[in-house]
Amino acid sequence: MKKTIILIFSVLLTTTIIAQTSEKAYKIPSVDLTTVNGEPFNTGDIDNDGNPVIISFWALWCKPCIKELNTIADVYEDWVDETGVKIYAVSIDDSRSSSRVGPTANGNGWEYEILLDKNQEFKKALNVNMIPHTFLLDGDGNIVWQHTSFAEGAELDLIEKVRKVANGEKLDDAH
Amino acid sequence: MKKNILLLLALLIFSGASTVFAQNFLSGGQVHGNFQTDMQYYTNDDVLGINDTTLNGKRMGLNGFLELNYTNENFTAGMRYEAYLSPMLGFDPKYEGHGIPYYFAQYKNDFVDVTVGNFYEQFGNGLVLRTYQEWNLGYDNSLSGIRVKLSPYKGVTVKGIVGTQRYYWQKFEDGNRGIVRGTDVELYLNDILKGLEGKQTQIILGGSMVSKYEKVTSKTTVINDTIFEYNLPANVASFAGRMNISHRGFNFITEYAYKMNNPSQYNNYIYKPGQALFSTLSYSTKGLGIILAAKRIDNMSFKSKMTEDENMLDINFVPPLTKMHHYSLATMYPYATQLNGEYAFEGDIVYTIPKKSKLGGRYGMNIAIDYAVVFDIDRQPVAEGILIGQTGTLGYESDFFKLGGDMFFQDFNIKITKKFNKKWKGIFTYLNQVYDKDVIEGHHNEYGKVYAHIGIADVTYKVTPRQSLRTEAQVLFTEQDKGDWASLTLEYNIAPKYFISVMDEYNYGNPVEDDQTHYFNVAGGYIKGSTRVALSYGRQREGLLCVGGVCRQVPASTGFTLTVTSSF
Repeated sequence: MKKTIILIFSVLLTTTIIAQTSEKAYKIPSVDLTTVNGEPFNTGDIDNDGNPVIISFWALWCKPCIKELNTIADVYEDWVDETGVKIYAVSIDDSRSSSRVGPTANGNGWEYEILLDKNQEFKKALNVNMIPHTFLLDGDGNIVWQHTSFAEGAELDLIEKVRKVANGEKLDDAH
Repeated sequence: MKKNILLLLALLIFSGASTVFAQNFLSGGQVHGNFQTDMQYYTNDDVLGINDTTLNGKRMGLNGFLELNYTNENFTAGMRYEAYLSPMLGFDPKYEGHGIPYYFAQYKNDFVDVTVGNFYEQFGNGLVLRTYQEWNLGYDNSLSGIRVKLSPYKGVTVKGIVGTQRYYWQKFEDGNRGIVRGTDVELYLNDILKGLEGKQTQIILGGSMVSKYEKVTSKTTVINDTIFEYNLPANVASFAGRMNISHRGFNFITEYAYKMNNPSQYNNYIYKPGQALFSTLSYSTKGLGIILAAKRIDNMSFKSKMTEDENMLDINFVPPLTKMHHYSLATMYPYATQLNGEYAFEGDIVYTIPKKSKLGGRYGMNIAIDYAVVFDIDRQPVAEGILIGQTGTLGYESDFFKLGGDMFFQDFNIKITKKFNKKWKGIFTYLNQVYDKDVIEGHHNEYGKVYAHIGIADVTYKVTPRQSLRTEAQVLFTEQDKGDWASLTLEYNIAPKYFISVMDEYNYGNPVEDDQTHYFNVAGGYIKGSTRVALSYGRQREGLLCVGGVCRQVPASTGFTLTVTSSF
């Protein structure tokens, strides 16, 4: 049984790799999340009218995540004015702390779109290992860059990439 | 051998055919994945009493996985390979081995979403069903079977699941564990009721039912020289109802769950039905968040095997109501939900003092205050002459609105986050905790309660725009358990690619002088995009590692750890 599965998988893999002759668009998978008020939200609806989007995975218990979102919050207005970027901050807090996410984000004065991924479905669908993990999407909704972890100053690299994407430039390094 | 050749042939034909085919059907296909390996090399350490005998030849531990997802339009297939060769210290030795414990195929459109194989699912807050994975804890209770989700009308979601749960590498056969079945309905009323459309008030209602079927074996007990046979139920059902109402800044979430009689190893085979109530009310506006929460749990352990009493085969998830901390000394005494019964309350305030105000200064200041307390539930004997919790009986009676006398845990903490200027930032935390070591760690009147004060200063200095030095100083004072601790961490970051850190945690107040140990650690890492490589060397203190509601006991060790993670 397992052997068969591995075989089918390797076939799919090889054929996909063969088929992937031209550079492929990496689109956001469709997963059902909720807003902080419990309203259903499908990740297929992540959109920013043709402007870049940042998807940032975080949790209340993740220290560098909070640091990253706080650091960006200080300059977010400038970023939006300059590049039109929009940030979706996806919390992977489970029901232990998910009800705290909205009030904490609001209490911190964050202006991001906050989404709840309570059972880590979206995190899994995007193959995220560790948080913070940040994805950058171009105006067509393709993932063009991703990064894991945060330290002071990493936001400078992020906005550089956002600027390039906003100007329609190609990023030389997808990772 | 013959079989392999046949398979290979089939593979060649199929792959040839599919390459042609690939131009159309598979041309939209994508493969993405991620992997992680943690490798530890253990060295002898006289101070911790680790030597050749205690290690018993196990010098190396390796936990690793690779997960792959193939997506093409509405179709997804995925699998995860895992290897524990052998499991790192602190992971259950039953994990030793490697293989593919997780694989699935899924088809999804606007109306239907079908998954066969392994899946992770949660109904509501998880009080009757939650399957999930925490790699770093070695926790995985995934279901293997079928899941169907339907969205027949806008605002209506119906789910149905049937499956068996993962138990290490053991195959499901001969009823060696139960079968889990469940259904859940969720209604987003604003999409259903015309009157609520586009209104500020949002209402979500949900209901679920989950049951397990398990092959019943005979079990007896002896009371006063008489042998009694337990009448064990083959089917155990549970029900839950939930509601979420929000209006402007207010949000009220509540869920109630009821579980029919479910005698098990975990509850000492009592026949009392289980109950859980979980509610939170919050208010927030820009710069201010307030949360109040309450929870009552009574006999809510729900596993797909009645003899299991460890961290596996959980069908449901009962979240603890206490705040999860992340500084090392603040996690010395972590709370874990007492599934057999607890009453918990929590209040939480987050406030940002505005920029350019007298107190807030140029950059503002953030204050978070949190208080949580957990008690036992009220327990009275069911009849004269029967002990509380006596096996084979209804166990105890409990007044729903009454607290039990015993306090399991209390945590008051205050955290201040402040940016002083462009170069300096700080986070200052004080915690006051009461921890019933016997109850939480499962001892019998050996330790009693631990009263701890913890102070933490976490200060970051920006050397250049991309280089920073972070200093973390922590102290923990207690007269119980292992006494006082102090710890200092220095971390130098060159964003976004490099970091190095040194740390020493010193148990200077240990009443046993020989145990006044330094736990030092040096680490360095390199990050490129979504790949991270970290190497560390040092001593690891024993303790409970907790994520969500689950904890894992980690033994003390000394050695090298190499971690590589990547997403692609």
